[in-house]
Amino acid sequence: MSAEKPLHEGLFSWPSTSPSLLGTRCMDCGEHAFPSQDSCRACSGQNMVPADLGSEGTLWTWTIQSFMPKTPYNTDETPETFSPYGVGYVELACGLKVESRLRENTPDDLKIGMPMKLEIIPMRKDDEGADLVTFQFCSAEELA
Amino acid sequence: MDVAIVGLGMHSFGRTPTMSGLEQGAAATRSALADAGTDFKRMQFAFGGSQDSGNADSLVNLLGLTGLQFTNVANGCATGGSSLNAAYSAIKSGQYDVGLVVGFDKHDRGAFNPKPADWGLDDWYGETGLMLTTQYFGMKIQRYMHDHGISKETLIRVAEKAFRNGSLTPTAWRQTALSREEIENAPMVSEPLNKYMFCSPAEGGCALIVCRADIAHEFHPRPIYLKTAVVRSRNYGSFEVFSPSQPPEMANSPTVTASQAAFELAGVGPEDIDVAQLQDTEVGAEIMHMAENGFCEHGEQEKWLAEGVTELTGRLPVNTDGGCLANGEPVGASGLRQVHEICVQLRGDAGARQVAGEPKVGYTHVYGAPGISGVNILSR
Repeated sequence: MSAEKPLHEGLFSWPSTSPSLLGTRCMDCGEHAFPSQDSCRACSGQNMVPADLGSEGTLWTWTIQSFMPKTPYNTDETPETFSPYGVGYVELACGLKVESRLRENTPDDLKIGMPMKLEIIPMRKDDEGADLVTFQFCSAEELA
Repeated sequence: MDVAIVGLGMHSFGRTPTMSGLEQGAAATRSALADAGTDFKRMQFAFGGSQDSGNADSLVNLLGLTGLQFTNVANGCATGGSSLNAAYSAIKSGQYDVGLVVGFDKHDRGAFNPKPADWGLDDWYGETGLMLTTQYFGMKIQRYMHDHGISKETLIRVAEKAFRNGSLTPTAWRQTALSREEIENAPMVSEPLNKYMFCSPAEGGCALIVCRADIAHEFHPRPIYLKTAVVRSRNYGSFEVFSPSQPPEMANSPTVTASQAAFELAGVGPEDIDVAQLQDTEVGAEIMHMAENGFCEHGEQEKWLAEGVTELTGRLPVNTDGGCLANGEPVGASGLRQVHEICVQLRGDAGARQVAGEPKVGYTHVYGAPGISGVNILSR
């Protein structure tokens, strides 16, 4: 069994049986940020603390990536094996809307306002054969 | 001191395999100089920009090493707007009498592929497939359609108008009108936007000669006056491209803030505008920009498009040369093409696409990543 490593540290709690998105919160004005920031985009303050942003939200908007992107897109896919993926903003409990890949990739399966849940997916293998994983959202109802 | 535009030059947009981007910029400059009845030696300054075709100030190698002040401008899709804004200030301040604004580009085919690091983002954002402007445009209009009752039919109408106007524009890239069915059945790119609803990266050059209004008639019998040139960047909370997250509270886009400032500075309102160019990198952008620039209420576009308000024969013709959709987008030149077209319309020289009723006041709006808008108001 191959090991799994986050593609980028600090985006989500990992390893974990119930991963959450990780960001920061400004102690001066209360605004959240994703990914983590050292300074606040709202008030320019530098008093940021880590924040668990949870794993659930609702779909705020969406589209579908129907062709394989050029670099810097980097997966083990080829134009032949590429399958379209959804892209959307998911509104979290704290109000922040996070941009994410979506498991659903047809218009019939995507509706603004639908409940969404975080999942962790492999993107590609590194030089040692370990799976590099990232986050995406999928319909919460489908998992129920 | 007021500012006038007295020379217009364009190198056709589209594909010109035999010429570099720089050469297209030089060709546009020579035609603008000829239109103003002057020569490059007379230019006291230049502001120019190109995203993918090298430094704009290399133009002096083709046009002459005259020693003028030449400043390169790089502001994404708003490069042309920012160049004109800088030239406006240079004349307005009294520093200079006459100068050049120029933009050109030559892009590879297909979508742009920006690097995350250039935008202050980490590599994962691009590697996982989120760094595409096309996705942003799809998601912004998707939410807008949901919030304001805009239909797919209205998206199609905007594309139909663009290619119809392009078919009347000799310098346009796409000069073939497309039927409603051709547009509707085109391959999907980013839901809800398909191939004919997006503009493509392209090639081309555009140049303007600007001067003090009180000497304008030395150059051209029908000067166009630049009433104001405004550029604004994004506020916290406006929904912009390349944003891994958005805050809970939405803020006005830079288009709204630039537009409001421009109307105030020019002392006119949206109802005074006779002809407009609004950034239409895709059909959704034109629709949203109609409201963001203050011309209609959010949602009212549905009725405006159905009634033909923005057609050449309508009350407010928009993107009379086919806009970015029919001309493609050579980034450095695109914003200046908009100004060029408004000047042509205000001069009454637009031929088959001339707006009726002798338009007096025109408007241009350019929008660029990651949230920059430039607005110009022009009059005869």
